[in-house]
Amino acid sequence: MVLTLERPSQEMHPEPRVAMSRVIEPAAVVDHVSKVFIQRPLFRRGKTKEVHAVNDVSFEVRRNEIFGILGANGSGKSTLIRMLSTLLIPDSGRVEVFGYDVRRDEAEVKRLINRVSVEASFFKKLSPGENLAYALRLYGLSGPTARDETYAVLERLGITRDKVGEPLEQLSRGMQQKVAIARALLTSPVLLLLDEPTTGLDPRSKLDVQRFVRELREGHDATILLCTHDMAEAAALCDRVAILDKGRLVALESVDGLQRRYAGEIGVAEPTLEEIFIHLTGRSLEDDEGGNE
Amino acid sequence: MNQSLRPVANPLPGAGLWWETRASLAFVERNLYLVRRYWHLELAFLIFNVASAMSVLYIGEAQMQASGGGTQEGQLDLVLYLGIGTVVWAYLRAVFANVGEMVAWERWEGTIEYTMMAPISRLAHMLGVSLFSIIYGLARSALLLGVLALFFSVDLSNANLGGAALILLVGSVSFLGFGIMAAVLPLLFPERGEEMTFVISSILLLVSGVYYPISVLPDWMEPLAMISPATYVLEGMRAALLEGTPTLALGPSLLPILILGALTLPIGIAIFGWGERYAKRTGRLKRSG
Repeated sequence: MVLTLERPSQEMHPEPRVAMSRVIEPAAVVDHVSKVFIQRPLFRRGKTKEVHAVNDVSFEVRRNEIFGILGANGSGKSTLIRMLSTLLIPDSGRVEVFGYDVRRDEAEVKRLINRVSVEASFFKKLSPGENLAYALRLYGLSGPTARDETYAVLERLGITRDKVGEPLEQLSRGMQQKVAIARALLTSPVLLLLDEPTTGLDPRSKLDVQRFVRELREGHDATILLCTHDMAEAAALCDRVAILDKGRLVALESVDGLQRRYAGEIGVAEPTLEEIFIHLTGRSLEDDEGGNE
Repeated sequence: MNQSLRPVANPLPGAGLWWETRASLAFVERNLYLVRRYWHLELAFLIFNVASAMSVLYIGEAQMQASGGGTQEGQLDLVLYLGIGTVVWAYLRAVFANVGEMVAWERWEGTIEYTMMAPISRLAHMLGVSLFSIIYGLARSALLLGVLALFFSVDLSNANLGGAALILLVGSVSFLGFGIMAAVLPLLFPERGEEMTFVISSILLLVSGVYYPISVLPDWMEPLAMISPATYVLEGMRAALLEGTPTLALGPSLLPILILGALTLPIGIAIFGWGERYAKRTGRLKRSG
């Protein structure tokens, strides 16, 4: 099945999503951002542990770009996504979405973003239809039109009417993740934050999700920030990738650029992203850095 | 096959008062869906509440029979006294629990980050949860009252029903304030906050004179009764329903409830705001469990 994402119709979207005055580059700015988590033992017995989840990281995401953040578990990817989602306040540095500061302009940022995380955040006893009705109401959308669109989008994602009323816990993880994608899609984010959206999915569902991501960018003028530790996925989708290691940014370039830059050092004409990652960090993606993501 | 996916609408134009009020209905609708999906649990809790309430009322009836039977002139109608306590507490507890557990519940479901990330103000979030908790509390209490009325005959011929409703309405506000304060606990203590909320409601039950006058409490407990809005709600309800006290004469109960409501609601909202910022600074919003 080939799916395409059309631009919103004029009557449904009478105003552009980002006002013309705010059509600015870049879509997101992360400027010298740091985040430390302090783990204090109960009743202050034992040592206090400090985890530098993100350590002086800077990058910019261009408008309409698919930007990948690669790193092992605990490298700080999810911490970055949470800061961009207004769910975490940076200790230092500046985080902006289309010129809006995530601390100062939290409400404006929230209207521009949506996030699909590794765990599909749903009320598991509720059906896809009920979960989406809740999400749409939160975004100020309700009524028969929204309901019809919900059914249509779910159906096009392969979730048939008979599944729409079933509790989400009875659907496969791949189906649940597609519902999460549908939820993000229905609220038309200008910046979509994808936090390992394909982890744990079967190969077919993985390809479906990857196709949705491309179509979302092409059909919606959306900017996509993708956190992943799937190197093949990053290579297939991303215009540029940032590699994080222990909370630090160790590389930021297009996949081709990284291959050219490190081919000589690695001694392979066209190194894979995985080989580049191991060369730069000295670890494989399966290694757990034990941080607080 | 070439099909298209279109977004439904553009959320950016929102952010007005009317938009926020409409968006707050998301919480009412969602919780009604959840009640429907968890109907077996709701039914089990209702049966438990009814059985508990009937047990308490039968204790009252036995006590009245032991002291001569029937309600004589000037004698307290113990069954009605206890009945008011059980039904009013069922309502206040439902309001408190639904608001107090708004974070704990979503943390357990794994949706807290999604809700906190949505483009809706925290005030609208609380409005929606509070609205549902009042609807839910009223429905549960009405069902409980209906069942109790089948088994116990109560005389409400002299009752001031309007005054009782006013007391309950005003009392709800201060209970919402307490609930919002309690809701912050799971944000501050992700692993223990929910238990703390449960402890608070248990203490309110103990000190507020639900089944007995607060004068029987030890001296050291009585100050706790003074700061519990349930104490004044129950006093006012009993005055209105048992003694038929006119609304204008309900001032001694209404005034403390109004003062507590005026204090607890804004303080609760401020504490929640502080708790949310703290959770976002320390990373405690993240799902656990």
